[in-house]
Amino acid sequence: MKKLWIVLKKKSQETLGAIRLFLAPGVKAFLKVYRPAKKYALIVWAFLGKIVRWLFSATNERRAPMATAGIIALLILFGFMYVYPFLYMISYSFMDATDVVNPLVEYVPTHLVLTNYIAAITTLDYGKNLGETLLISFIPSVLQCVSTSLIGYALSRFHFPGKKILIFCILLTFIVPSQVTMIPTVIILTKIQIIDTLWSYVALAGLGQGLRSAVFILIFYQFFNQIPHSVEESAKIDGANPFVIFWKIGIPTALPAFLLSFLLSFVWYYNETTLTTIYLGNDLTTLTTQLLVFKSTYETLYTGKNINEAIYMAGTLLTILPLIAIYFVTQKFFVEGIDKAGITGE
Amino acid sequence: MKFLHWPLFKKGKASKKEGGHEKNDLGIALLFSAPWLLGFFVFSVYPLIQSFLFSFNNVTVTTTGIVQKSLGWDNFLAVLTADPDFITDLESYLQEMLIYVPVIIVVSLVLALLLNSLRHGKGFFRTIFFLPVIISSGPVISLFISQGVASFPGASTLNYTLLAESVPDFLVGLLKTLITSFIMILWLSGIQTLIFLAGLQKLDRSMYEAAKIDGASGWECFWKITLPALNPVIVINVIFTVVFQSTFSLNPIIAKIASDMFAVGKGYGYACAEAWVYFLVLLLVLGFFLLIFRSKKHRRSYQQE
Repeated sequence: MKKLWIVLKKKSQETLGAIRLFLAPGVKAFLKVYRPAKKYALIVWAFLGKIVRWLFSATNERRAPMATAGIIALLILFGFMYVYPFLYMISYSFMDATDVVNPLVEYVPTHLVLTNYIAAITTLDYGKNLGETLLISFIPSVLQCVSTSLIGYALSRFHFPGKKILIFCILLTFIVPSQVTMIPTVIILTKIQIIDTLWSYVALAGLGQGLRSAVFILIFYQFFNQIPHSVEESAKIDGANPFVIFWKIGIPTALPAFLLSFLLSFVWYYNETTLTTIYLGNDLTTLTTQLLVFKSTYETLYTGKNINEAIYMAGTLLTILPLIAIYFVTQKFFVEGIDKAGITGE
Repeated sequence: MKFLHWPLFKKGKASKKEGGHEKNDLGIALLFSAPWLLGFFVFSVYPLIQSFLFSFNNVTVTTTGIVQKSLGWDNFLAVLTADPDFITDLESYLQEMLIYVPVIIVVSLVLALLLNSLRHGKGFFRTIFFLPVIISSGPVISLFISQGVASFPGASTLNYTLLAESVPDFLVGLLKTLITSFIMILWLSGIQTLIFLAGLQKLDRSMYEAAKIDGASGWECFWKITLPALNPVIVINVIFTVVFQSTFSLNPIIAKIASDMFAVGKGYGYACAEAWVYFLVLLLVLGFFLLIFRSKKHRRSYQQE
């Protein structure tokens, strides 16, 4: 038994030796590569570790870079969702009728088609309606700025009894939906015979009852509050009356408020459809009201032709194009205005 | 919240000037607010009273003038019981509010927090997030919803049947609204995001430093410092959101009221009754959300007692 064991041991040792001999050149070659590779791998590993540690480490001065990257990734995701409808609209507006129904054509049109835009321009009566829209948005916005800045100034700079009641009334006009007062307003406007004309908007906006006037009063109130009392006092000592102070100090201080109010008001008037059709009737039409009846207009203009999504999208894009243009020129005032307006309070 | 710091809510005399002497500028103030006051009485107070009276009458406009016939509560009864369209519109309005307001508040708060934690590139993202504000008040937005652009690509293909078996229909409806109009909800939170951002930038940094020294984590800081400090801003945003969404010109109820004005068998009186019912519902919704998001200060003071 013991002999057998010895024999087996010997045999196995011999086999192992043979294997070792057989593998020796390979192992040597392997080690020749492996040893330096291991060294480099350790260096790279240490380096990677450092990077990772740096990515995830935060100090008092800075956040971990990974966290920043995550935040930016999230913001980009949200940003994409924000612009997705625009991208969709742009890509669809250049498609022809076959692309629209073709399920294989997802986002990129097979060839660019401009006929959609031509059809949309004729359907919207673009030239005429753009002019009217700008007029309808511009005039009430200016007037609204004037009337709301006046009362905002009064609330901010003067002391008088009944201020609380006045502010309550302003909040009331903010909360009451326009359709509650719409019907009697139509009757009044009919009585003084300015319904169906731009004068109805002029009267409402000029008297501070335009679209969301209360918001603008709030904005002006906040801005006028920022004028130091000392400035006003010294102007008074120099003999300036309240109108001069308003003109020379109030308006320049609140210039961002004027811009913000004008722009917001412009956009809101531009987008208003229900009140525009009710107060302005059919004589003046805006692009947005035209867009609401886009389909029926198209079908009467081009009898026999079916409207497709592409033409719709072209029409939509054309409708909001002026707004987008205005926004990109003035976005600084929008954004910074809201920042400064202090609607948030302290 | 400046809103509530307005003299209306201030205790004591607001008329005390910095110099200590009291002054009354009633005359000049009246002059400055004259246009608004005139407009307020002609185009707000009078119409408000008139429409309230109209809602109890059958109003017909003839060539000689307006003929009113008293109906008592009939208009309101008809609106609430005999008009299926109005009730369904009201239901969908409530459902929308239930989804839109909390989601808008949460999304805009998250976006504002993310933006606020950026050091560079804040302006770029702000521009993108505010972009929809110039469009979202117009008819384009409802067009988007009808075209299915208001949601993620592919959201329209989702199947809810499996869910509908185990969850009540109402909740499935809410989820459906949320998914199918998620991008629209994002779009509607532009102004709110900016307001939150402005609020965040005014927070006192030293509070956070103190909390950090005491070993508070970022998460704790958010719940214990940021959120309570933002509470007034949240309330403002809730008011803005509810009022803006409710007075949105393409809201189905508003469109219905506008069309019912001239509808046969309905007319001005009926439309006024609808408008008043809607106004009351709006007030209820506003009250409900204010109750939920109300300032936590009161609660805490009760606890201390």
